[in-house]
Amino acid sequence: MTATLSGIDKPVAARAHSLVGTWHLTRLALRRDRVILPIWIVLLSIVPASTVSTYAQFYPTAASRASLAAGAAANPSFALLYGPALDLGTAGGFIAWRMGGLLALLIGLMTVFTVTRHTRAEEDSGRAELLASTVVGRYAALTSAVALSAGASLLIGVIQVVTLIGAKLPAAGALAFGAGIALAGLVFTAVAAVAVQLAGYSRTANGIGTAVVGVAFLLRGAGDSTSDAHWLSWLSPLGWPQQLRPFAGERWWVLVLPVAATLVIGAVGYALLPRRDFGVGLIPPRPGPAEAAPSLRSPFALAWRLQRGPLLGWVIGLAVGGAVFGSIASGITGLVGQTEQTKEIFERLGGTDAIVDAFLSTMVGLFAMLASLYGIQATLRMRTEETAVRLEPLLATRVGRLRWAGSHLVFAFLGTALLVLVGGVLLGLTNGLRAGDVGASVGHLLPAVLVQVPAAWVVIGLSTLIFGLLPKFTGASWAVGALALLISLFGPVVNAPQAVLDVSPFQHPPKLPGQEFTATPLVWLLVVAAAALAAGLAGWRRRDVG
Amino acid sequence: MGNAISIVGLRKSFGRTQALDGLDLRVPVGEVRGFLGPNGAGKSTTVRVLLGLLHADAGEVRLLDGDPWQDAASLHRRLAYVPGDVSLWPNLSGGEVIDLLGRLRGGLDQRRRKDLIDRFDLDPRKKGRTYSKGNRQKVAIVAALASNVDLLLLDEPTSGLDPLMEANFQEAIQEERAQGRTVLLSSHILAEVEALCDKVSIIRNGRTVESGTLAELRHLTRTSIVAELAGPPNGLAKLADVHDLKVDGNRVRFDVETRSLDDALRQLTSVGVRSLVSQPPTLEELFLRHYAEKSEEAGK
Repeated sequence: MTATLSGIDKPVAARAHSLVGTWHLTRLALRRDRVILPIWIVLLSIVPASTVSTYAQFYPTAASRASLAAGAAANPSFALLYGPALDLGTAGGFIAWRMGGLLALLIGLMTVFTVTRHTRAEEDSGRAELLASTVVGRYAALTSAVALSAGASLLIGVIQVVTLIGAKLPAAGALAFGAGIALAGLVFTAVAAVAVQLAGYSRTANGIGTAVVGVAFLLRGAGDSTSDAHWLSWLSPLGWPQQLRPFAGERWWVLVLPVAATLVIGAVGYALLPRRDFGVGLIPPRPGPAEAAPSLRSPFALAWRLQRGPLLGWVIGLAVGGAVFGSIASGITGLVGQTEQTKEIFERLGGTDAIVDAFLSTMVGLFAMLASLYGIQATLRMRTEETAVRLEPLLATRVGRLRWAGSHLVFAFLGTALLVLVGGVLLGLTNGLRAGDVGASVGHLLPAVLVQVPAAWVVIGLSTLIFGLLPKFTGASWAVGALALLISLFGPVVNAPQAVLDVSPFQHPPKLPGQEFTATPLVWLLVVAAAALAAGLAGWRRRDVG
Repeated sequence: MGNAISIVGLRKSFGRTQALDGLDLRVPVGEVRGFLGPNGAGKSTTVRVLLGLLHADAGEVRLLDGDPWQDAASLHRRLAYVPGDVSLWPNLSGGEVIDLLGRLRGGLDQRRRKDLIDRFDLDPRKKGRTYSKGNRQKVAIVAALASNVDLLLLDEPTSGLDPLMEANFQEAIQEERAQGRTVLLSSHILAEVEALCDKVSIIRNGRTVESGTLAELRHLTRTSIVAELAGPPNGLAKLADVHDLKVDGNRVRFDVETRSLDDALRQLTSVGVRSLVSQPPTLEELFLRHYAEKSEEAGK
């Protein structure tokens, strides 16, 4: 009896043992993610339902909805950015179009970051090694990360379904919408489970994962925006949520695609795991040069090595963003529709009479806000170097503190200006291509770019100030950037008082093109930025390192 | 010849923690000084003040005849530093880090670089993240020793090195000493300190408690004596500096402060000595005694 039992139990026990500790690791991961994951979940799950009222407000009549549909159909850039507009005559159809593709993209990023954070990033830090030496099975870490990521995806889907039904949209459409987004999350969870086996480091794993998300986006965009290659978007997990046709005659069989993809890709990840060593990816690390290039001889050369990767990524991102929005710009009049109300709302967002100029001006402003986030990231790199004790050996050479800080701040300040410029120039370029006059269009936008830069510099100046005076709170720089962004993006929409709006530096530059140019606010912005920078550097010279 | 390092009454606190509490340290040019103390005694804090990374709250600190805070950049041309916990840039190879740090210091000796890389058996092509703890340490050691500097600040430089590499390190430091370089070596490896250092300074709770050659320090402590006497001992127990006395018939065993060794021996010879074994204190005992007093003090 005993012999029989143990004979049966053995293989089961062995398999169970490889998962031993999964629950403990999942609880640890939940605790570590108790801030970041709820933010993702809330943002991704409540957005669709909250758009319902916006739709009713912007497009109250059948005529305005028809004009929206015509505008969307006339401009393939919309299909590239948002996906196919299947039915813009209902709130549900509008949400599926405007939000479906975007949310699938974001949930893809969320899952990639989450899985990597609890697998390879832990291995890189050495913490996982400590855990692996305890009673923890081989598959426990991956399983807990996958469970966390999949659980968050499913929760997002459920909340979307519940809130959409709560907003009085058809239940079938809501279910298809939520299922599509949640399953996209599962697919990319599985993709991340493979990426973390391949990559040598967490950063590479995140890179592989986001690259797959990016390729999926391009495949879907290319398939949706061209008439003869629709099949391309069927290859993309980001296309499936919209191929489900939520609120537009649901096609339930499409659910098979993400489920099958998740199982197959996930199985690959689990099969690869035992084939690699702990802390090492399947892609072998490439050796570097035995001697440094002659150019690697200054703090700036080192800062370039450390900062160039992220800067390049941001340049590409803003270039693509500029190109896409520039190609949409001339079609914006059709999209916004002819109602006075929508025009008014758009103007309140920071525009003037000319609706296209208002759009371009808003876009350049948005680019400046995004670029300021890069600026914060580049500034905070200083603190990362400091806390990782890589700075001390540098300051033990004849490199002075100011020279070292300057080598990074060059990227923060000039890199931010470069990003606004790249976004603005491509915006003007693609807009000019559609309008037929590239030179005039780019020339039209250059002043708009230049006036936005000082506003972004204020944010970076404040970030430097925090680094110099309150080094333990450098994370607060993100709060500064986020506050400025939120005020400028949503303040005007909710009719916030002027005193609140004035807090954001991005409210102050003249809204070019369209508005009159005035130098006074720019001078003030530059003065504030310079003062914050000077105070931050003075604090940095005086404070302890470490 | 002046002092390469001169610290008087150095104080530094972090919030409520008093890291350094009136520390004194003088290291003449050309000396290899051991810098010892229990964990948390303030060794790394002292080195960081010397590097101008931390601002002293009070006290006078001179480094190579300069002010380590004011003249940091110009002084650093003449010194090299090896931290106890080396963190490398993940996307730079070890060779690149060695060259970068050397160039930022004002140049490095290519022959010596090659020689040290061979000697420490370091693969300079690996990227920062792929090195083990010991190999990261080697990168910093090679970068420091390949530079032509007057002063080496070494903060537990050999943590994580294997015994073979430890021996190579000691050999390399002997060469530095022969070149007339000043070295401040913070270390927990007593054999290393004994092999390399002219003098040692022991710090505890942010204060220097002892400074001198190892011979001098030994003199300050106890010798163990085991003796077979002609008859039962008398008078030993009355000596103030005799500790842990055990008498077993004609056999005695006790520890005696080195300063009272004469008195103790006189007592023994007055009875008649048949055999005598005397053991000088080992380094470990010496330091354990100094370190342990910390907890005794804290107990009071």
